[in-house]
Amino acid sequence: MNATTANTAATAAAPRRALARLWWYVREFTGENAYDRYVERARREHPDAPVLDRGTFERRRADGHGSDPREGFRCC
Amino acid sequence: MTPKSIAVWATVSVVAGLGWAMLALARGEEVSAAWMVAAALGSYAIGFRFYSKFIQYRVLKADRTRATPAERLTDGVDFHPTDRRVLLGHHFAAISGAGPLVGPVLAAQMGYLPGTIWIVVGVIFAGAVQDMVVLFFSTRRDGKSLGRIAREEIGPIGGIAGLIAVFSIMIILIAVLSLVVLNALAESAWGTFSTALSIPIALFMGIYLRWLRPGRVAEVSLLGVGMLMLAIVAGRWVAESSWASAFTLDKSTLVIWLVIYGFVASVLPVWMLLAPRDYLSTFMKIGTIGMLALGILFTLPGMKMDAVTDFASRGDGPVFAGSLFPFVFITIACGALSGFHALISSGTTPKMIQKETQVRTIGYGGMLMESSVAVMAMIAACVLDPGLYFAMNAPPNIIGADLATVSQTISQWGFSITPDQLAEAARQVHLDDEGLLSRTGGAPTFALGVASIFSGVIGGSGMMAFWYHFAIMFEVLFILTAIDSGTRVGRFMLQEVIGTTEPLVGKARRASWMPEGLGRLLGRAEPVLGKFRDVGWLPGVYLTSAAVVVAWGYFLWVGVHDPLGGINQLFPIFGISNQLLAAVALTVCTVLLIKSGRLKWAWVTGVPLVWDAVVTLTASWQKVFSDDPRVGFFSQRAVNQDKIDSGEFSGKELEDLETIVTNTTVQGTLSAVFALLIIVVMADAVRVCVKAIRNPETAATHEAPYEESQIIAPDGLVATKEEKAELAAAGLGPGGGIPEQRTGEQEPAR
Repeated sequence: MNATTANTAATAAAPRRALARLWWYVREFTGENAYDRYVERARREHPDAPVLDRGTFERRRADGHGSDPREGFRCC
Repeated sequence: MTPKSIAVWATVSVVAGLGWAMLALARGEEVSAAWMVAAALGSYAIGFRFYSKFIQYRVLKADRTRATPAERLTDGVDFHPTDRRVLLGHHFAAISGAGPLVGPVLAAQMGYLPGTIWIVVGVIFAGAVQDMVVLFFSTRRDGKSLGRIAREEIGPIGGIAGLIAVFSIMIILIAVLSLVVLNALAESAWGTFSTALSIPIALFMGIYLRWLRPGRVAEVSLLGVGMLMLAIVAGRWVAESSWASAFTLDKSTLVIWLVIYGFVASVLPVWMLLAPRDYLSTFMKIGTIGMLALGILFTLPGMKMDAVTDFASRGDGPVFAGSLFPFVFITIACGALSGFHALISSGTTPKMIQKETQVRTIGYGGMLMESSVAVMAMIAACVLDPGLYFAMNAPPNIIGADLATVSQTISQWGFSITPDQLAEAARQVHLDDEGLLSRTGGAPTFALGVASIFSGVIGGSGMMAFWYHFAIMFEVLFILTAIDSGTRVGRFMLQEVIGTTEPLVGKARRASWMPEGLGRLLGRAEPVLGKFRDVGWLPGVYLTSAAVVVAWGYFLWVGVHDPLGGINQLFPIFGISNQLLAAVALTVCTVLLIKSGRLKWAWVTGVPLVWDAVVTLTASWQKVFSDDPRVGFFSQRAVNQDKIDSGEFSGKELEDLETIVTNTTVQGTLSAVFALLIIVVMADAVRVCVKAIRNPETAATHEAPYEESQIIAPDGLVATKEEKAELAAAGLGPGGGIPEQRTGEQEPAR
């Protein structure tokens, strides 16, 4: 591969990388990746135990947040 | 420092200095907002680069090798090491609300200069310092709350006084925020309809997230924001249709709706309404603030308000009474120093931070962002014609209720605005001709300023009405979230307090002096009291929620029916209470610095504490004891009581006088109680400090023991050269947590 095509490839990849970064940030920020994190952790620490499906996990997580309203308090 | 960085920082200082000089010296003509931006951003940069670094490394001695609670106690849910850039977003979204938007708008009555100076100087030396130091100490203590830290490090008396203070402050906070919403929505079919529609939108999002596509927050938020935009557009159609009258509500009706809403919202499960609306309001908040920053930079509007108005020296301003000192500081509140932030800095954030050394970026940096929001609010208020500004922010008992009288009163103050101009401004945003008169509370003024800036970029004057209602919606949304979550926090505190009376009642019941009948009654009550601690016990939830709602509902009702103008009377109490909470937080910080043997650095939080205490206690003193009936609650009470006693008044007038007497009694008493509670906390703290200075060996702090950190993560938003090398050596890409840039097998955050 000569230098010009390498450059073109890099330029073409730049917006895609920027989008990937943005998507990564949004998922981290909104907590969408909490389930992936849970699965990874559960598999690592208890490889034999069953893993919750996403719906059950998310519902439990949401209900847990309701038990102490001081988490997620919004300021003035 | 290298010669290059010396040159850079010298340039930054010159730019900031030039900005301040232009702001201060301009007389009689419009000043470009560019100078305010330069002054603020330049000063923030210097404060962040030099002062926050000094605090982090010299005062706090933050240790990057020490594991944080997120690492030591990690459970993947509450305690979870979070990328610093993501955590900064979370922290900012949690601390920023309506406060920094409303305070500066009200303070603008004294001109833009006094308020702006305090927003910038206050944040650098007080507000950001408080947020950062509280975050640091809480991180060192497993992410414990400010209240717990106060109890453990100062003592039970200070702790209890603090708890009562936080509870009552929460009530006032909710009442004032509700009042802001009310004043923005009253007699506005457009605003009321759009806001009402946000409830079904949030419910839809909640169901979507729970059953249809669990956990897909990003897509549902985008959907929700889209529907919200439609709701704002549809508001116009409704306002022009025959339905308009159904959504044109007066303030009393809105109070009832808001109270019902507050109760229902706070007893519903979190996933139904609170969580989805929070996603919605967070997206709107970050989006709108970002757009406003761009809009200001793009248009660089001229500010029409004077640098310093006559009201600053005379202290008889129509928006809030009282002289520049102490009331500008009280009114600005959140944008410069906010006690409420200490609750966030000792809440979720310390449980998620990867490194102690990130407290500077997140605590100090996050508060600088909040302060810049306050500067933008100041700009938004000052781009409006001052005549219009006063017409919107003064209560009717001062300026009158019809266009001609208002125009005349305002001209007497030296600002000119014709009745036609007032009517035209109101028609532009689709309100009745008198629709902007006395639309107090700050939110409408902010929205009008935002609309004039946005319509300068997109849509021209034809879009004024849309942008105005867009900005109103943006504020109302997160105030509704704050009402909901504040009611829940208040309820939680109440449940805890009632629950803890169980053993006390048990003891009293078994006491020998207890008459048999009463003892039996208490015996029956005892287990019920204990049940209140169970947050899932529904009767307890309903009762305590109702109690909290009734408490803030009372102040809201009072605010709406106050003949003197509710914002005028209640906002100072809110400001005072927030600043008193800051005094508690700064007291805790100072005690901890002294107890941990850092007496020589105690001034870092000690000086802002003394300043804050002087300002706030002076304000409380004036609110309680001032002879000026516009300022002092009790002299106001006396004047009106005399009028009642004279027997010359009857009917509606007499009713108004009686209302004023009741209101001022409650408000005056409350001001006094707040001040006393805080004095108790501070006196208790002084006792602890004196003991610690006399016998340093007895001063034990409750820090969690040292454990070595395994996490590799940069301190600042952008990794330095050394940090990048460190990440690379560990097999991580320069981005740390960004997948595409990760090159090793290792986990980014373990």
